[in-house]
Amino acid sequence: MLPKDQLAVVLKEKFPESFLEITDFRDMLTIHIRGEQALDLLRTLKTDPRFAFNFLADITAVDHLEIGGPARFAVVYHLLNQHEVQRIVVRAWVDEEQPSLPSAYPLWKTADWQEREVYDLFGIEFTGHPNLRRIMTPDDFRYHPLRKDYPLQGRGERDNFPVVKRRIGSKWQEAKSVE
Amino acid sequence: MTLEAKELSTEKLVLNFGPSHPATHGTLRVVMEIDGEVVTKVTPEIGFLHCGFEKLGEHLDYNQYITVTDRMNYLSPMCNNVAFVLAAEKLLDLDVPKRARYIRVLMCELSRIADHLLQIGMQAVDIGAFTVFLYGFRLRERIYDLFELAYGARLTTSYTRVGGLMRDLPDAFVPAARELLDRAPDTIKEIDGLLTHNRIWLDRTRDIGPISHDDAISYGLTGPVARAAGVDYDLRTKEPYSSYEDFDFDVILGRNGDVYDRYLVRLNEMRESLKICRQVLEKMPGGPVNVDADSKYVLPPREEMFNSIEGLIHHFMITMENQGFTPPVGEAYVPTESPNGELGYFIVSDGGREPYRVRTRPPSLINYSAFPAMMVNMTVSDTVAILGSLNVIAGELDR
Repeated sequence: MLPKDQLAVVLKEKFPESFLEITDFRDMLTIHIRGEQALDLLRTLKTDPRFAFNFLADITAVDHLEIGGPARFAVVYHLLNQHEVQRIVVRAWVDEEQPSLPSAYPLWKTADWQEREVYDLFGIEFTGHPNLRRIMTPDDFRYHPLRKDYPLQGRGERDNFPVVKRRIGSKWQEAKSVE
Repeated sequence: MTLEAKELSTEKLVLNFGPSHPATHGTLRVVMEIDGEVVTKVTPEIGFLHCGFEKLGEHLDYNQYITVTDRMNYLSPMCNNVAFVLAAEKLLDLDVPKRARYIRVLMCELSRIADHLLQIGMQAVDIGAFTVFLYGFRLRERIYDLFELAYGARLTTSYTRVGGLMRDLPDAFVPAARELLDRAPDTIKEIDGLLTHNRIWLDRTRDIGPISHDDAISYGLTGPVARAAGVDYDLRTKEPYSSYEDFDFDVILGRNGDVYDRYLVRLNEMRESLKICRQVLEKMPGGPVNVDADSKYVLPPREEMFNSIEGLIHHFMITMENQGFTPPVGEAYVPTESPNGELGYFIVSDGGREPYRVRTRPPSLINYSAFPAMMVNMTVSDTVAILGSLNVIAGELDR
């Protein structure tokens, strides 16, 4: 793979509007890009023989509400080149209002469930995803629990669950009271 | 009154499998559309065990979160502990003493054997062979006895600490471990003899749930499931962590990516793990198991804590609320080879005592996402065989 400075030049040329920067922390290169062109960048990284990152290890997101950043959410992709054993991180920044970015499903099928998880827990929509449903929380859940403005103990959803009436128990109670 | 076969009409049926079913080993729900005995469509539904572990991690400090990682993959909790502290240590840029790294490797490999034993045993039970499970469990109990000897817990280990280990191995450990390593090959041989050439086992597992090499990469499969499909990628050799580069072992590969190959990969991986364990015991260096206590990352020795005011203050500074070490602003991810595949913790730090975000890269979830692709043209009875071969751990799946 190209060294950091050269990589920045190449990507700046290719994505002049959306490429932000490349950071390096503890030997981990991170490419920062705006969400709209995340898919194009991922496609370049996958198909361009100079990079050839063939494996998508992980998709997750970080809510930057409390620490600030170019936008509120960062969708983080961990890519791996299995032949040359190299890893790179892509951070796609997504704005707070109507957070959405294109889905990576056309490139890797593993994006299916992982993007559903990000959608469920962060409320970031992936356009072009074949089956964007909640995966961890119930379908009628209205919140996105991993956002920083969601409290640790929830907003009382547990107390609002419909109560199942236990008929057998109540009949038993009635019978007992008759006795 | 003969009825022509072609006149028989079949009807599609929707079959619910789980969420609470003995063969799911956890809480999974699979909705299957079946046509006769052939499954035409599979829709897995997960999330029944969602506990918010990642949210919890944002409110616990680095050493406290180790106890939560135990609860993820509860078949090999030590691998989770190691994966988490490696990421935290990378964030802190800590270099752990060699003895601690070797002990971590030893515990991870013993966990791997225990995990694979249970996986093979449970899969055999699901398919209908009970003996293998009992034979495997005997060895697994012995391994758990070793864990108990080393750190007092059998299941929820929490043995690692950021910067080292909870304590050094007791003197009785090494002889006990050697004895176990001498006996373990017999159990593996027994399982091998019972299953590998067993006619029924072959019929139930060969060409069942196959996945191709390219599909395995596209679905992000890792670990034995991917290696059974011929993906030559083992993090222990390709991206060695925790001194794995010091040990000599082979990476086991399969060819067809079916349930049988996954079984073979796991079986032979146990033998390789035994090899690594022996080498660790041979090469085990002396010295401390923690980084220097003056670095203020680890607790001081107990004697110092009880007998000197400095030691007591030091102890307070680490364990009291709003005290303790604070990593720099940044993020770290260390991939490790857990028994199920690539397990890593992505930690984002805002410079506080608690991580800003902890993400687990869960091999169970990602391997399970390929389940519908493996179920193409399979029958209802194959479902349990394929599910068992993926070794889906609900605690890690849903977190």
